Formats: sequence, C-alpha cells, structure tokens
Amino acid sequence: MVKTVLKTEGLTKHYGGIQALVDADFEVKEGEHVAIVGDNGAGKSTFVRQITGVEQRTAGRIWFDGNEVTFAGPLDAREAGMECVFQNLALADDLDVPANLFLGREKILLNLGPFSILDRRGMRKATEDGLKATGVRIPRLDYAIRRMSGGQRQGVAIARSATFASKMIIMDEPTAALGVQETAQVENIIRTLKARGIALVLISHNLRQVFDLVDRIVVFRRGHIVANLRKDETDGNDIVAYITGVKTQNVAAALM
Amino acid sequence: MAELAINPGRAAAPQRRRNWPMELNALLGLVAIALIFEIAGWMVRGDSFLFNWSRLSIMILQVSVIGIIAVGVTQVIITGGIDLSSGSIVGATAIIAMSFAQMGTRNGQDFTDAVFWNQGWVDLPVFMPIIVGLFLGLLAGLINGAVIAYTKIPPFIATLGMMVTARGVAKWWTEGQAVSNPTADFAAIGAGMMPVIIFAGIAILFQLVLTYTLYGRHTYAIGSNAAAARMAGINVERHLVTVYAIAGMLSAVAGLVAGSRALTAQAGMGVMYELDAIAMAVIGGVSLIGGRGSIIGTFIGMLIFGVIISGFTFLRVDAYYQEMIKGFIIVAAVVADIYRQKRRGIVD
Repeated sequence: MVKTVLKTEGLTKHYGGIQALVDADFEVKEGEHVAIVGDNGAGKSTFVRQITGVEQRTAGRIWFDGNEVTFAGPLDAREAGMECVFQNLALADDLDVPANLFLGREKILLNLGPFSILDRRGMRKATEDGLKATGVRIPRLDYAIRRMSGGQRQGVAIARSATFASKMIIMDEPTAALGVQETAQVENIIRTLKARGIALVLISHNLRQVFDLVDRIVVFRRGHIVANLRKDETDGNDIVAYITGVKTQNVAAALM
Repeated sequence: MAELAINPGRAAAPQRRRNWPMELNALLGLVAIALIFEIAGWMVRGDSFLFNWSRLSIMILQVSVIGIIAVGVTQVIITGGIDLSSGSIVGATAIIAMSFAQMGTRNGQDFTDAVFWNQGWVDLPVFMPIIVGLFLGLLAGLINGAVIAYTKIPPFIATLGMMVTARGVAKWWTEGQAVSNPTADFAAIGAGMMPVIIFAGIAILFQLVLTYTLYGRHTYAIGSNAAAARMAGINVERHLVTVYAIAGMLSAVAGLVAGSRALTAQAGMGVMYELDAIAMAVIGGVSLIGGRGSIIGTFIGMLIFGVIISGFTFLRVDAYYQEMIKGFIIVAAVVADIYRQKRRGIVD
C-alpha cells in the first residue's frame, strides 16, 4: 500500500465574493509526480497558496505526511518537508550558490547567536553534493546568481528545494521564462527527483512537458477540479477538452 | 512578479566577465590619485607628497573618525538603506558624554562651570562617559532601525528625522555652551594615533563579521532581495534594527573619540560627517542599491578621501575649492556606481 503524502478535502478559498477555489479534493502518493493544468485564473496558483500556507483557506482540510495540518506560512510547510519553487525564484542575486542554497538555514561552526560563525566549507561541500544529486550543472559555485543564465538560476532554485525537501516539492511553472535548451535542462532535473522518489506537484501550461514528466494530470477550471486522469488513460486533446470546458468529470462544477 | 523572473537574455554574461572585485577599481583609483598629487607636488612645490611620514599620519588621522562612522554606514547601505543621522549622533554623544567626563578642578581652582558641578558628578571614572555615550548611540540607532523596519517609511526620511532630533538634543543639553576640561583618562581616548588604532580595530572586526558570520550573510541577503530573505525565514525586521543599532553605536564611538581629541565638545560637532561617511563607502564600491560592498572597499574610499584632502592642502588649494571638488567627487562616485549597475543589467 503506497502512502499518501498530500491530501486535501473540500479545499475552498474565497476572495471577497470571488470563489477562486471550490471544494478541491486532491491527493499525491509517495514518490508520485502530479501535474496541475488549467487556463489562467483556473485556481492553480490559489490552490498552491493554500496548501503551502502562503494564504489561509476559507474552508476544507489538508493532510500532509499522515497528519492533518494548518501551516501558518511557507516556513511551516518547509519544516514539515514540503518545499516550493516559487515563480519569482526567491534567490538573492548578489549571493553565490552555496549562500543561496542555505539562505535562512545556514550551517554554523560556532554558535554565537546572530553573530554565529558560518561553516562555509561545509555549506560548499553540501552544495556540491546537492547539485550532483539533482543533476544541476553550475560552472562556478562562487559566482553571484546575477551572473548566471535563466536555466542555471532555475537549477539553483530547484536544487535548493530538492536538497531540503524530504517529502514533496511544488513547482509553479518552472520553465515559463526559459528557452528550449534550458527547459530541457530543468526537465532533466525533474526526472532525477522522480528517480530519488520525491513527490512533485508541477504546475505547467506546457502539455508536452506534462505528458513527458508526470504520472497523473489534474485539470482545474474556474476554481473547480474538473478532471483527475492517469497519464495513460488520456491524451493532449482530451486534456484540452477539459481545460476549455468541453468535457468534465465534475458534474457539480458543470452545473454552475 | 514578472520583473523578478529570470531573464534568459543574460545568458551570455558569465563567459564574458571574470570576477573583478569593485574594491580593485577603488584601489586603482587611489593609486592614480596619489600619483597625480605626487607629480603635481614635484611640479608645484618641488617636494614629494607621498614620502613624508608626518603628512601621511596626519592624513589618516583626519579621516579615521569619519572612517569609524563609515564602517557602520557601509553595513546600512549594504542592506539597501541609508543613515543620515551619524553626524548628529556624533555631536549629541560627544557633548553629553563629555559632561560626564569633566574634572572638578582647572588650574588648581574649583571648576564650577562643570555641567554636573551641583550634583558633584566630576572626576568620574572614564567608563561612565563611555557607557553613557555608547548607550545614547545605541538608543538612537535602535530608534532608527525600529522606525524603518516596522513603519516601512524610507530610511532616508527616518534617519533625516533622527539627524534633526539628535542635533536638537546636542544644542539643548547645554543650551549651546561648549563642554570642556575632560579628565586625563577621557582625553587619552582620542590622543595621538588612538583614533587610527580604534578605527583599525573596528574596521577589521566588521570586515570579518560581514564575511564570516550569519549577521553578515543576512545583511547582504536583505540588501540583495529582501523578499527572498523573508521567504527564506530570515527575520528581516529584527536584522535591520540590529544593523542600524550598530551604526548608531559606531557613530557614538566616533563622537567619543572626536570629543576626547578636541578636549572640548560643542553642539555643532560632526556636521556633515554622515555625508563624508556615505561618500567614503560609495567611492569604495558599496552599492547604494544594496547587496554589494565591503569594509575593505570603504577603507580604500576613506584613503581616497584622505589623499584628496591632504593633497589639496599640500598644493595650497583653498579650502573652499576643496569642498567644491569633494562634492563633485561624491556625485562622480554615484554616477560610476549607476553606470556599473547598468552594465550588469541591474537598472535600466
């Protein structure tokens, strides 16, 4: 019996009168890679913001790693083993790769409170290991992030999540701003996560990418989950039909 | 959000440029300026500018007090902020600390002009004025930091308020009267080469702190991308309060040294020191946008400042012209900084 990493029941978020997310029932098994697709404004990012604790949900329940949880913020989620690669990357451009990887959770040689001495060598070593494990290739670790290409930056952001995520990673359109080669690079990194057995929730507009990378596809439309399909029981046309509302598995949503 | 996203168009940059530290540019500038004065010295006065030990020691003494302030200001600027209150904190701490450092006698007679003569607080041990001064600097810095971190008003405005307020406190304390006649122990703080020694100790300490401690790492992270720092779990507000508190304390140290050295403290002490300190940092490659710079850079900026001042004096250029040229150099340094950012594609 495969364990469930993340499960939501009736997850709902209203912004004033706007129902951005309605009754979302969602599940990710251990090591499973799941894609969330849908048109702009379908509720994908809203869904991510509720489960990572960036926002507080209006209603519904969330279980993570076997326990019912209410994350007060993304830091709580992180501590529980859920990492998120945000769309804006959240890297400090002037710092080098190890500094970014360990930002906010630096290794310490000597604890002196805020003036604790950093374990620079240890962090560098761990960064090398982390990048190797994720398959991210960065020519110079001591270069500032600012001097790196889009693919390398995204690689650092993903490596950071992969190094610390014990259970699950969420990626919100990780290749939206990347060129063809860099996209391929990031997709390879995602495949290494699969090999390492880390669960993934991937938000993407790129159906080719989705079919290449994940096991299951969940379609959002106007705040509702309208389809939940194994990759081998569907195809691109089918998914587009769900995204545009031609088809639906969710009768309640269709009636609205 | 979209602006923060990665830009694949910059992919070519890493191959093109090597890691060229900004401090090296400043150092080259220092050498060039020193050589210009050396050559001009031989031409105008038929004498060497650089190879004169007493001139060099006076030069570094002149800038050391402001250099102490610049060490704190550098950290503030690295977080992306600014501190305009340093000079006023120098004035306030000098005059208040000095009034706890007065002797009870002068030329063998009772010194009844002492600020606390009636209370009998004269001939106090030297740690009293030091503690009072450092506490005042700490307090001013804490207020700066708390206002900036928790009300989100721009550091420029918050520290401008402190600049005016602290100067007001300095004038109010003795109603404009100078405070003099310090004890021998207090006078020793700024005597001889002490300002240089104190500056060197503080500069080395904070260069190490910025490079090797959590505090330094987070200071750069906040200046580089405060949102990312917050998302990484860094308590940005608390950190900013610490940075401004340290800057306030260092201004107080400068006030103690300046008052001690002058043997008298006036409410007008330290006027414009904040601008000189900021200029030293910027000339030394500390970016006003935040995220980049070092104490080593500021130290080189301080030396450039010293060379220019003593160089003009050596060439007998009038003090008025010196000020005008100083203003020009400050603007030139900021323009160079903006140009540098442009080339790196940070600002448009």
